Formats: sequence, structure tokens, C-alpha cells
Amino acid sequence: MSTTAAGAGPTAPAGVDDFDADLPYRISGSVSVRPESFGALVYDFHTRRLSFLKTRPLVRAVESLADHPDVHGALEAAEVPAHQREQYLKALAGLAQAGTIQRRDTTA
Amino acid sequence: MKLVDHFVEGLNSPICLTWELTYACNLSCVHCLSSSGRRDPNELSTDEAKAVIDELQRMQVFYVNIGGGEPTVRSDFWELLDYAIAHDVGVKFSTNGVKIDKARAAQLAATDYVDVQISLDGATAEVNDHVRGPGSYDTAIRAMENLHEAGFGQFKISVVVTRHNVDQLDEFKAIADKYGAQLRITRFRPSGRGADSWDELHPTREQQRQLYDWLVARGEDVLTGDSFFHLSAFGQELPGLNLCGAGRVVCLIDPVGDVYACPFAIHEQFLAGNVRSEGGFETVWQDSALFAELRGPQSGGACTKCSHYDACQGGCMAAKFFTGLPLDGPDPECVLGNGERELAKLEMDTVVPKPSLDHSHRTKPRDRGEPVPLTLSVRRPDRACDSDPLAGEGTRLPAGIRVG
Repeated sequence: MSTTAAGAGPTAPAGVDDFDADLPYRISGSVSVRPESFGALVYDFHTRRLSFLKTRPLVRAVESLADHPDVHGALEAAEVPAHQREQYLKALAGLAQAGTIQRRDTTA
Repeated sequence: MKLVDHFVEGLNSPICLTWELTYACNLSCVHCLSSSGRRDPNELSTDEAKAVIDELQRMQVFYVNIGGGEPTVRSDFWELLDYAIAHDVGVKFSTNGVKIDKARAAQLAATDYVDVQISLDGATAEVNDHVRGPGSYDTAIRAMENLHEAGFGQFKISVVVTRHNVDQLDEFKAIADKYGAQLRITRFRPSGRGADSWDELHPTREQQRQLYDWLVARGEDVLTGDSFFHLSAFGQELPGLNLCGAGRVVCLIDPVGDVYACPFAIHEQFLAGNVRSEGGFETVWQDSALFAELRGPQSGGACTKCSHYDACQGGCMAAKFFTGLPLDGPDPECVLGNGERELAKLEMDTVVPKPSLDHSHRTKPRDRGEPVPLTLSVRRPDRACDSDPLAGEGTRLPAGIRVG
């Protein structure tokens, strides 16, 4: 199988300038999340890309994005410790770049 | 715990599920992993297949690799394809191209969440047809042309690497580029009829090295199904999962609903259950004793003392099993030659396991030393002296031709 590992890795993907943690986000419509013991498997039916959320707090953060006005709120709700916030923001920026999560339109 | 360790212990649902829809096939490839040819009368019905799809949707198996046999010869193939896609189960199906005419190509191009994989085992008709049968190269190329013309996008060309085609990897890549396709090359295993053609077709040790070097140099956008991890012992690890996924992240549902640890292990020893049993596929995946064993600690035998064990993990379970090597022994194609040494040590009377099933076409008369079951005609000749076998049929042979 062909797999790509996105997630809470130590290295941030390049070109994540578009990601803005002060804005609202949500899981993309073509993406499905499957819980696993380590975190979750994420599949994008559109790009056919399989990736992994490697920790449970990251899964909680991703799933609660839609309920918060910004990314920080989702990290708070997912109980991500303060000293790990930076790492999680990088992971989420990577997910945004891959199209797994996308900016939420709040005007509707 | 590293991600790969979670994979070793098994996931809630498989990542890579192969589902062979039928044992029927129009071809008789000499290396067929499932010894396909004739349909099995006990194959899942349309409704049973749909019930499996429902279950895969519940288990969030995001996509299945559908194969066979030749899956498109099932009359309900297109119905099941649409049903799966409508139920959030994406489909990648393998085909020899026999049914991919212009109309089907256009239909597929208009369908989301479907991926097509055309099998080709030679970059030339000569090499391909030797393994896959006369005309099969042309059939595959025509299917590729149709998909390309229909604007399908990036389909896959799937190549099993053999002794005969390992020199053609660049040519395969050129074919893929020509049709806007992606090349996928996978390892040949001694499974199904592959056991009979193994000695002739599996790459030599020099060719294994050649293949490894090619993958390192040119393999970036080439898919491998992570099937060459045994070659990692040559040096740098190949990209992908360097791990046998059998029963952990991979399994096979065969046409009659039997669940095996991996598509290359159609044998009673690797049979975990059947989707028709109570609890269905989910219960088999989660509760079977066989899968629990495969997810537990494995004994690598003498291989664990090898400095390359971390790289190759002892190789492929099915390749060992069907060549007669112990499961904790080396892979028959161990790049250090340990497999060859172990194979040489096997006694002449070692019983090498045979695949449990054989749906091969019966291309030769049965030879059982029995009398030929033949009903002799009791019709009397038209005339006592008339020995012409066509007497009375109105088509007498011209004089001068003797029959028999």
C-alpha cells in the first residue's frame, strides 16, 4: 500500500504559510477519520491519500476544529499541553496543506 | 510506541484489503497467485457481496483492492462497483483489460473514487504473452488506449517483476508515461500457479540487486505495494512499510468469502474464517485465532542474529511457506543467499505445501488411468457394408479421402 505519514511529526512540511491558527477550520468534506489505538487513520476520498494522526489529542483537536472559532480553541479543548502547542500547530498546518482540514467559512 | 509497532499489533480494520470477486478468468497466467480460471459455484452472490460492502462501510475500510480471477467477467461487477462507491468504499480494481472497451472506459472516467489497474507482465508482447497467454498484451494495451482516450486520468499499470521482464523496467515506465499512467511493480511470489513457475520466473540474485538499484535510482514515483522490503537488506531502506502486513493491516477475502491473512497465502494454514459466518468479516478480522497469532510476537529464528534483520524482517511469509522453508527461516530470495542455502538443504522428500484450491482451466484431458466415459452409439449403419462414418448425414467425403 502507498502511505504518507502526516501528523505530529517533528518536522513541519514546507510551505505552510497559508495556515492561520487564529481562523476557524474544519475537516474537509471528502475526508473520513477512523479511530485507532494510536490515534486515527485519515483518508481523503478525493485525493485518495491515506495519512495518520499519530496521537489521540491530535485526533480530538482535528475533530473539534468545527466547534471552535479558531484553532487555538480546538487545541485547548483537546487538552494539548502548552509546551506541545507549537508541535501540534505544525502538524495541523501540514494537514491544512494536504487538504485534510480546511478553513471554515463562517459567513454562512 | 512507534506507528509501525501499532501496525504490528493489528488495527481495528485493515488498511489494505484485497477482495477477489471471482475465480473465473479468461486468461491462464502461469504465475496466477490464486490459480484462477474456472468460477467456483459457491462464490458470493450479489446480495452477499453487497452485505460485505455494507460491513466494510461500517468498519471504515476506505477502499478495497478488487481482483480475481478477472473481476470484470462477473456479470454484476459494475453493479457492485457502483454500490461500493455509493457506500464510501473506494475501489481499485485489477484487470487484464478484457472488458475495458471505449464505453466502459468512458463510464469509468466519469466515476469518482475508482481506480483501475491494468496487469502487464512484459513491456513487449513476446515477454508478456509468454506468461499471460497469447493476445493478452494487445488486450492490455487496447484497454490503456481506451482509458487514456476517455480521459480517465492516472490509472495504474501493474507489473509482476520476473526474470524475463526485470530488464524492461525503463520500458514499462515509458509505457506508463505514454498513457499518463502510474507504474506499479510488485514482487513475484510462489503462490498459486506461481509455485509451478517459480524456478523459471523468479529473479536471480544478480537481478534482485539490479531491481533494488533501479528502485533506489528511479523508484520515486513508482508504486511497489511495499512488496520489496526484503531487498532493503542491500542497504538503504526502501520507502514504505518495511513489514509483513499479513493479518495485521492486510488480508484477503476470496470469492467464496474465505478470509486469508494475505492474497498470497491461499492455504488452509492461513485461513482465518469466512464472511458468511456469524459476525461476518468484522468478527473474523478482530477475533480470529490466526490473526491474533500473527499480531503477536514472531520468532525470526536464526534470522534475528543477522545484522540485516531489522531491514528485511525475515521477508515474505508466503514466499517461505510455498517454497517449503520454515516461517521463522530466511526468505527464499534473501539477498545474502541464506534462503538459497536453506532450500539446498531441504531433503528430496520434503513436502512443499500446495495451494489448497485450484480453479485452473482444465486445458488437458483428465488422466486418471480410468476408461474414457463414452456412450457408444447403438445406431446401426445405413447399410451393412457402409463403413463411411458420415453415412446418412448427407455429407459424404469425396472419394479418395480416407478417414481414420
